[in-house]
Amino acid sequence: MKPAPFQYVAARTIEQALQLKAEHGDEARFLAGGQSLVPTMNFRLTQPAMLIDINPLHELAGLGNGPAVRLRIGALTRYRSLERDPATARHLPLIAEALPLIAHPQIRNRGTIGGNLAHADPASEMPAIVLTLGGRLRARSAKGERWIDAADFFVGALTTALEPDEMLMEVELPKAPPRSGACFMEMSRRRGDFAIIGVACIVRLDEAGRCAEARIGLCNAGDGPVFAARASASLTGRTVGSVEIGEAAKLVQSDIDPGGSIHASKEFQRHIAGVLTTRALARANERARGAA
Amino acid sequence: MSTQMHAITVTVNGKQYSRQVEGRLLLSDFLRHDLLLAGTHVGCEHGVCGACTVIFDGAPVRSCLMFAAQTDGHRIETVEGLAADRDHLHPLQQAMRDCHGLQCGYCTPGILMTMKVFLEDNPNPDEAQIREALSGNLCRCTGYQHIVEAVQLAAERMRK
Repeated sequence: MKPAPFQYVAARTIEQALQLKAEHGDEARFLAGGQSLVPTMNFRLTQPAMLIDINPLHELAGLGNGPAVRLRIGALTRYRSLERDPATARHLPLIAEALPLIAHPQIRNRGTIGGNLAHADPASEMPAIVLTLGGRLRARSAKGERWIDAADFFVGALTTALEPDEMLMEVELPKAPPRSGACFMEMSRRRGDFAIIGVACIVRLDEAGRCAEARIGLCNAGDGPVFAARASASLTGRTVGSVEIGEAAKLVQSDIDPGGSIHASKEFQRHIAGVLTTRALARANERARGAA
Repeated sequence: MSTQMHAITVTVNGKQYSRQVEGRLLLSDFLRHDLLLAGTHVGCEHGVCGACTVIFDGAPVRSCLMFAAQTDGHRIETVEGLAADRDHLHPLQQAMRDCHGLQCGYCTPGILMTMKVFLEDNPNPDEAQIREALSGNLCRCTGYQHIVEAVQLAAERMRK
């Protein structure tokens, strides 16, 4: 298992990397952590003519404040850095809870958030989380840059709205607001494996303790990350208890279209989606009450 | 295109090596075939088994998921760098021996390199933390029990 020949270029500047991508388009791939790309190259499922290694571009890594109550995470930020940054647990509890479930320590030492989001594996945790948080992503090309809402960014399995000449630069996410709670849960066959189903939940309460906003997203529940819009909206304005949570879980089950596999049928995935939604919503709600 | 070579200088186990490498050469193959450091084992070659784990700039990574060309100017530790000499094993190696933490030994180098950094970060881990840290290394012989015991013993000895 050896990759097919390709031209390797270690990028010296962002401008140079973008220029190369503009020239070579889909024939060239950016190399970030390589934890998804390189396995497919070893299998020769992917045979890019050129790899543009962006690892030397340290300015693409790091976590900082965005406008208002938002955080910006550079595309080259490694999972390891997010795990070790106290800002993650404080402001992005959904990500903090999911990180230990993402592959294994050695993979998280190398894997980057931008590489993961640009890869857009429907079974991966981070696309579902960014979608659930209502984040947005900054893409840049030699011609200019633009922000893309997460809801528009994930187009389908392994497919994003990025054009062939664009690089994902960073992702912007809202900090967890007051009186809110988050919870991420997934079921996988073994520790670190892709989830059979994963559920991300956020519950924000108003001053009277009713649900001001709920957001529920899932991974491995369709062609891309899924935002369960009906289930999320069903909780607004209500005092969240077991009845409301049960109704939301049923809506989630009817809204998803999991692919099924030899390890888990569609029916089983749908069942697990209901179970995990019930548990994660209850936990997020408890945490919101604790934060109130 | 395939023949384009890249000049790299990389420090492996404290020793500097300068080589010309093809872009597609995996770090695992570079270590084994170019530097003749065959202690780094190649299992699955797609990042699942952990046998090829080496320490890259202080962090354990899969050497089958990196290219040699990426290591220019960087620092790598492999299993060959663990023991001071034949008679002085690293505490982790000694504990693996004492606890029968290996049978066929294929996964062992990857486990040692993973656990070296783990114990540096967590000198006093509990069993659950050890098992979590081991989750990225497959072993098909031992059932892991003796590996966990070896890591506990090594941690105890290293704290003294």
